[in-house]
Amino acid sequence: MSGKWPLWEVFIRGQHGLNHRHVGSLHAPDAEMAILNARDVYTRRNEGVSIWVVPSAQITASSPSEKGPLFEPANSKVYRHPTFFDIPEEVGHM
Amino acid sequence: MAQGDTTIDRTALFEFLTRMGDNSLILGHRVSEWCGLSPVLEEDIALANVALDLIGQTQLWLGLAGEVEGKGRTADNLAYLRDAGAFRNLLLVERPNGDFGQTLVRQFLFDAWHFEMLTALKKSTDARVAEIAAKAVKEVAYHLERSSDLIIRLGDGTDESRARMQAALDDQWSYTGEMFLADDADRAVAAAGIAPAPDTLRAAWEKVVKSVLSEATLTIPDGSYAHKGGKRGVHTEHLGFILAQMQFLQRAYPGTTW
Repeated sequence: MSGKWPLWEVFIRGQHGLNHRHVGSLHAPDAEMAILNARDVYTRRNEGVSIWVVPSAQITASSPSEKGPLFEPANSKVYRHPTFFDIPEEVGHM
Repeated sequence: MAQGDTTIDRTALFEFLTRMGDNSLILGHRVSEWCGLSPVLEEDIALANVALDLIGQTQLWLGLAGEVEGKGRTADNLAYLRDAGAFRNLLLVERPNGDFGQTLVRQFLFDAWHFEMLTALKKSTDARVAEIAAKAVKEVAYHLERSSDLIIRLGDGTDESRARMQAALDDQWSYTGEMFLADDADRAVAAAGIAPAPDTLRAAWEKVVKSVLSEATLTIPDGSYAHKGGKRGVHTEHLGFILAQMQFLQRAYPGTTW
């Protein structure tokens, strides 16, 4: 039965968190039921104050085979980290 | 409702509290029988949550019942050491699980009543009753939302799901009338303002039930015959089997804990 139901990705905003975070996925026939199912599956221990569900099919993911071209060029560019730069004394606390 | 009558007959109050507690205990046990067997994982967890909510409410109702009775019986004593004739639940909640449709229809018909009952009990003249109701009604509002949703989806679903839901409704409808029947204990707690008179809940219950069932394209069965007896301890044969399973451990190993 769940084989015919679409897959949904579930995002929960925690008690103190500002952002919704991905917590997992589940099957449901439509968005409303996905919210109810997410409430039962992922917020049993008082984890959240808000739930988003997104059809998994609507998520476009980067391809693992492109990992090299996508991410490796950033490895050698340490100057992109703010800690790379020495802050002059006069500037004080930023 | 009359204002707090402190001379309320303890027997009537005990009777009322065991009815509330036994409804949630027996339905909670019935729903827990689905654990690990539901059609899908999501439904399995959802049903287990409902069962746990109901059993949690049982602890409060039967705990208070034991206190009111004043014979030193705890919620556990009442749940595990009474025989079928001492149980006061509605016949509806001891009905077998059947297929998923029967479980859902039973749940929905009960949830709609439970919600109205608890909403009224929030205004009880007995503060302990009002507190339990205020806590439980939040859980039950969710139970009702969920069961209504599923009734509509499956009633207004495929030919097969619709046929199963209609059969379940035809099968269980005659067990709903007992919710609204009053006896002396009901009249005593109503007169004291502790609980609503059972028949005052019928209009609100019917409104919710009719609107959901009509959206679900299901037909309310004809006939007003009501099976009754559960509230005074006259049960169907199903309760004995439930108790045999539920009470076995305490009966076989009295006082055991884990």
